[in-house]
Amino acid sequence: MKIKSPKDFWAGLMFVGFGVFFMVVARNYQMGSAVRMGPAYFPTVLGGIMAVLGGIVLFQSLVVKGAPFPKLSFKPIFYISLALILFGYLLKPLGFILALVLMVFVSAFGGHEFKAKEVSILTVVLIIFSVLVFVKGLTLPFPLWPAFLG
Amino acid sequence: MDMTLFSNLALGFGVALTPINLMYCLVGVILGTLIGVLPGIGPVATIAMLLPVTFSLSPITALIMLAGIYYGAQYGGSTSAILVNLPGESSSVVTCLDGYQMARQGRAGVALATAAIGSFFAGCVATLIVAMFAPPLAEIALKFGPSEYFSLMVLGLVAAVVLAHGSVIKAVAMVILGLLLGLVGTDVNSGVLRFAFGISELADGIGFVTVAMGLFGTAEIITNLEMKDEREVFTNKVTNMFPTKEDWKRMWKPILRGTFLGSALGILPGGGALLASFGAYTLEKKVSKYGHEFGKGAIEGVAAPEAANNAGAQTSFIPLLTLGIPSNAVMALMIGAMMIQGIAPGPQVMTEKPQLFWGMIASMWVGNLMLVILNLPMIGMWIKLLTVPYRILFPSILVFMAIGVYSLSNNPFDVLLMMLFGLLGYIFVKLECEPAPLLLGFILGPLMEENLRRAMLLSRGDPIVFFTKPISAGFLIASILLLVILLLPNIRKKREEAFVEE
Repeated sequence: MKIKSPKDFWAGLMFVGFGVFFMVVARNYQMGSAVRMGPAYFPTVLGGIMAVLGGIVLFQSLVVKGAPFPKLSFKPIFYISLALILFGYLLKPLGFILALVLMVFVSAFGGHEFKAKEVSILTVVLIIFSVLVFVKGLTLPFPLWPAFLG
Repeated sequence: MDMTLFSNLALGFGVALTPINLMYCLVGVILGTLIGVLPGIGPVATIAMLLPVTFSLSPITALIMLAGIYYGAQYGGSTSAILVNLPGESSSVVTCLDGYQMARQGRAGVALATAAIGSFFAGCVATLIVAMFAPPLAEIALKFGPSEYFSLMVLGLVAAVVLAHGSVIKAVAMVILGLLLGLVGTDVNSGVLRFAFGISELADGIGFVTVAMGLFGTAEIITNLEMKDEREVFTNKVTNMFPTKEDWKRMWKPILRGTFLGSALGILPGGGALLASFGAYTLEKKVSKYGHEFGKGAIEGVAAPEAANNAGAQTSFIPLLTLGIPSNAVMALMIGAMMIQGIAPGPQVMTEKPQLFWGMIASMWVGNLMLVILNLPMIGMWIKLLTVPYRILFPSILVFMAIGVYSLSNNPFDVLLMMLFGLLGYIFVKLECEPAPLLLGFILGPLMEENLRRAMLLSRGDPIVFFTKPISAGFLIASILLLVILLLPNIRKKREEAFVEE
């Protein structure tokens, strides 16, 4: 068997995977009956339909010629994800301002070109704006500086 | 038109014209125009970003601002479509075709003015249409039971599939994935915690703001970073804004047709600005005697879709306000905004909260007026913005998204979740699975399960009930017909062509 449409093949596989996953996990809950549906009823039915649909996509990908598997760009994926995680988990220990510096710099690495001077100016502007609007204006309860300094 | 319409509108204007609401309406339309102008960020991500901010506002003020973002974005989207041939919004894709050509012929100013005039006229008419059609619809909707609601949601979701690009089967699967993700969290009926895997943050379910920002915001940044950042801006060529007499003669009929077609398409479940602009362009190309000029800078090709997308953006509020059913991803977020404010969306909103209902409708007219007054003189500023390179924009967008998501519950988990949905969204784009149907399903998941349960309980487990109640049966038959039509080989080919034309 040869995969004729890799893009659809993976899409189909993804749907089958998700469908089966939800059906299997739903087995931990009560099924109930059509009259009194338990917590497992609706997700099991939906998961089943999705698995079948995924199966059809999968089957088609073996028969009909289609698009190749797309190229993934790991550079932006890596830097954008890292920037978000750093901001989220370091906001409390390091404070809003340092977390912003980290996020702007790390995410900027994900772009096509990195100009240190430009990114520095952008960071300063974003910090001033965000502190004024979000912390002072909208009074979000963010610590500005690291906990060990305050 | 009877007198109640006027007294209702008067009530609405009374609410919309208070200083605070005027101010937030202005903030909304300016923000909307801004993100509409900038390619790479759309109203879905913006509204999601701003939802946490609206906690502190009164419900009506919050909704007025969020609505302003949506129709403001339609205005802004056309600006970048005309000036840089980049649709700032998906609904201005067709405006690129003729608008950009007009700009290349040195008529950028006229094209921008035409878009603004068309949008303003359409906005005025659509406001009246919403005011006239919403009350009778809400009255019908008040009689809906669980089976009618369930079937209506099925129809809405099927309609969302119609609008999705590419494979119908994939789009249906995305809807179902959305429904399933919507079920994560505590089941209201049994109190059982579902699909939470011991993560306490998931007890209340996955926040739709997080999902929307991940799928539409983060994923879009990653996708944009793959592409080269090249733009050709007609900055200094916007001189004469005033359409000539000949231009006026050629644009008024397309504006009229675009307005009415757009209004009609906006009301349909699954409709909205995008469908409206495509429909209007196709119609105009067929009926206009200048059909041969389309694609070469025909003013009709700007006037009709621009009128239509604004009309459609506004009438898509009808299903939201009367049935509590979102017709597109933006409306799904509006539902979220209402629920945050403790308002259950549905037909009872009009009778229980007339100020909110009519205030929002009146604000749309006010907002449109602001847009047309502001936009023409502010075009210079928007053009400057377009020259800002993406490498400056995306870290800024990311910062605002992260702050917005974090502030939802002051928990880094939401930022992590947004990142994960961003990755998922990126994979969806790569596998040609559209995320918009997923978001609709996500919002409707719990509602659908609830109504299905109630309907089945009432009918003692007999699913035939969905077909014996006439309204419910009508919705279901319409859904089935839509799906069958979509799967017919002939239509399928046409639909693929229509999307390729983009």
